[in-house]
Amino acid sequence: MRRKALTALSRDALAWIIGLVWIIPFLGVFMASIRPLGEIIHGWWRFESFTPTLRNFIGAWNHPAAPLSQGMVNSLKVAIPGTIVPLFVAAIAAYGFARFRFSMKTYLFLTIVMLMTVPQQMIAVPIFRIMKNLGLVDTPFGLVLVHSAWGIPWILFFMRNFFSTLPIEVEEAARVDGASDFRVFFQIVLPMCIPALVSSAVLQFMWVWNDFFLALILIYSPEKLLATQRIPLLRGMYHIDWGVLTAGTIIVMLAPILVFAFLQRYYVKGMVGWVSK
Amino acid sequence: MRERLLRPIFFVPALVLLAAFVVYPVVNTVWLSFLSPKGDFVALDNYAEVLSQPEMVDPRGFQRGFPYGALIHNFMWLIIHLPLTVHLGLALAVVLRGVRGGSVIKSIVFLGMVTPMIVGGIILRFMFDGSIGIVPGIVRLLGGTPHTLTAYPETALLSLILGSLWLWVPFGMVLYSAGLETIPSEVYEAAMIDGASPLSMFFRITFPLLKPITEVVVTMTFLWDLKIFDVVYAATMGGPGGASNVLALQMYFYAFREFNPNSAAVVACVLMLLTTLVAAPMMIRSAREAR
Repeated sequence: MRRKALTALSRDALAWIIGLVWIIPFLGVFMASIRPLGEIIHGWWRFESFTPTLRNFIGAWNHPAAPLSQGMVNSLKVAIPGTIVPLFVAAIAAYGFARFRFSMKTYLFLTIVMLMTVPQQMIAVPIFRIMKNLGLVDTPFGLVLVHSAWGIPWILFFMRNFFSTLPIEVEEAARVDGASDFRVFFQIVLPMCIPALVSSAVLQFMWVWNDFFLALILIYSPEKLLATQRIPLLRGMYHIDWGVLTAGTIIVMLAPILVFAFLQRYYVKGMVGWVSK
Repeated sequence: MRERLLRPIFFVPALVLLAAFVVYPVVNTVWLSFLSPKGDFVALDNYAEVLSQPEMVDPRGFQRGFPYGALIHNFMWLIIHLPLTVHLGLALAVVLRGVRGGSVIKSIVFLGMVTPMIVGGIILRFMFDGSIGIVPGIVRLLGGTPHTLTAYPETALLSLILGSLWLWVPFGMVLYSAGLETIPSEVYEAAMIDGASPLSMFFRITFPLLKPITEVVVTMTFLWDLKIFDVVYAATMGGPGGASNVLALQMYFYAFREFNPNSAAVVACVLMLLTTLVAAPMMIRSAREAR
């Protein structure tokens, strides 16, 4: 019995060590962000003097070269439509794949699923040229279009799996009563799949908000840069200004952390749901 | 009957977006990789040329050390990062299951997962900084001389690879945690009655039952390691002197620094060939299962 208690205790200890290892970098970032640079230059873990200040946050928010205030607004302008559009477009198509019968369906579905593995580098050069021809390069709308297309394969896959678990009887009954496909989808199916839609929305929002590469290629005017693009610009000229830089990373992480805090259940469900059935 | 004719409308928006902004660019990139900068068709000449560049593969590295070239660096990332991610992910999931406060710790670990990777790169740079970072701080505590580990060719890539465990192990942990919950406790009770030891239960029951999860974790980590970009961009920009350069970053340099879309297309195609080979079995299986 004592041996059992000892194992349990050592397991608890191990668990807390893991937690500690994972929180230390965040703790360091937090400490560096609320203290003046002079105080932390020999390690943020030294507390001989400790003068918490919000100066770094204000500095990052109103940074002369790359103000994050502007970046956060720009990021929202991309992330919100970049979540809603693909969700809607992919959900409709996913319903079609789950319920309609037509030739080549399996191949079409398989092709779309395979698009999930394409690296972003594979579209970089042509997408820049396309957007330039469309006059959409360096506009949030152009980036929203690319993110929408990029999000479709996995949302479609995820939603299709979800639709095929729904009982078909309700839909059939509605059809017998003369409801059209569109009415069945919008009035009966869509209300039943709100949890799955929230899961997809959470993942897609995180993905678009956190994206750096596509933004790097398509947005280049200083006042249009997204939040993630401004992070490298906060480094400072001659030495790294760790206070402003770490404060900036915290500001940019606010959106994903808030979403995660309130919708953790959906996030994990989405993550687990589409990779393992 | 009219009803049926309207059905394609369900697919049109998705297919148009995919065709214009994913499929066409992919085909176009493949095509570009076969063209010379002047626009002549040169078949595989670009591949031969790009793959013999020192920034892609640098055989001199094997005598003198880093850099070895982006392609080799990505392979190193795979060889070191992939097995560690799978094992640590599983270990964390097993240790944190049923521990007091386990869900709190899981949430903390999971924070790494929702961190934008560009921020992840900055945090790694911060952790490895010679004066302010915790890792050189520990080195000093142990009596060594602290360096900014990401600023030296010998340690830059390895610090990023090991540091990125902190960013990506959470993914394995979450999937394995979910997988562990699906194993019914009767299985263990039955094994216990048969007198199985905890260790043999793990290797005979837990691990085999988690095989589908392991497959997903391995595939996704493979893809993550091949596509790695933001972390390197933010932490080292591939430096010093290319010592931590990776394929995705080299593609970016070719395309948007040297304005050589053909070489960039070659790197992108190599990358896609690798990701497709790795991911195809899993994707095809899960699409079939979904039927």
